[in-house]
Amino acid sequence: MVYDYYPGCTLKSKASRFDISAVKAAEALGAEMREIPEWQCCGGVYPMACDEIAHRLPSVRALNEAKNNGRDLLTVCSACYHVLKSVNYDMKNSMDVRSKTNSYLEYEKEYKGETRVVHYLEMLRDDIGFDAVSEKVVNPLKELKIAPYYGCLILRPSKIIGFDDAENPVTMENFIKALGGDPVVYPFRNECCGGYAVAEDKAIAEKKSREIIECAKKHGADMMITACPLCMYNLKKYADIPIKYFTEILCEALGIEADGE
Amino acid sequence: MTEYDLSLEAIRMSGVYPERCMKCGKCSGACPSYGEMEYHPHQFVDMISKGRIKELMESDSIYKCLSCFVCVERCPRNVFPANIVEAVRTLSERRQGADRISPDTLTEFIDGDTPQQLLMAVMRKYSK
Repeated sequence: MVYDYYPGCTLKSKASRFDISAVKAAEALGAEMREIPEWQCCGGVYPMACDEIAHRLPSVRALNEAKNNGRDLLTVCSACYHVLKSVNYDMKNSMDVRSKTNSYLEYEKEYKGETRVVHYLEMLRDDIGFDAVSEKVVNPLKELKIAPYYGCLILRPSKIIGFDDAENPVTMENFIKALGGDPVVYPFRNECCGGYAVAEDKAIAEKKSREIIECAKKHGADMMITACPLCMYNLKKYADIPIKYFTEILCEALGIEADGE
Repeated sequence: MTEYDLSLEAIRMSGVYPERCMKCGKCSGACPSYGEMEYHPHQFVDMISKGRIKELMESDSIYKCLSCFVCVERCPRNVFPANIVEAVRTLSERRQGADRISPDTLTEFIDGDTPQQLLMAVMRKYSK
């Protein structure tokens, strides 16, 4: 199994351990992640205004590269996933966005949203299969109650993102079970951590993050996992239990050493 | 340009149809920033369709939206309230000198753990 890999800006710097652990674990599971050359930052947030064509170009370039390589485009970061998938939806469903973007890019063949965008968790769930992951586990995460934190971007809006049921997701819970861990189901797992608003209003990020952490702890969590470096940043500031990227516990369970920032 | 024309421009930018709204209020009921906002998501939808954009553009409410997409998720009529809030905010920021955070003031919130993702998001969300 070979994927075109879109790491995104943070995975090459502040969240390098997220990138390293993802690549190593995939290797152990028989999946190769080929980083696409000269990828550009997705912008971190999806440009919702439909006249913002330039902000969509980095995503379209990556999507078209994967199309030309005949592969799926794999991401690990929730934000990149959300942006790539939303832009791909526009390229498929908005004549206005599609024609303006293609007129600018002048590819030999129009890009029409053909590429499949895959989140790493979808790769584990749908392509490799959680059962196959489970078979490779050497250090089951026994006696550890792990609270999966989904946040917003990997789930919503589900009519465009389509990762899981946005109100009652199960993918991360099943992922934890596959590693031999005990998933904590708690109502705040898909609430917003405050996101980018932390830049001008630390209080809102603190309030939202604390609510999420307290809720997870109340339901018995010893640890939380996330798929988003910005959620990690917000939660980590106020957490007194470990917060890890989901790929870090995957490496632990598979017996793989992975370091990084 | 009249306020009504400006409202129509925001609606065009949002790419959605506020007149689909059936006033159920689910968007505001689900909004995690409800308590912080002067105007709530359902009011953005209602006011913009009535051509009342100026109050929205001048309100801090446009900066309270976290783009969490809960309103979009729960809307039974595919109105996409978040896109309307974003369109008002974008229109507001595109005015000359209206950047909320500029590259010069960016350093004020950066610490040793700030992810690059946040810097990118801020430049997209708070400046044009």
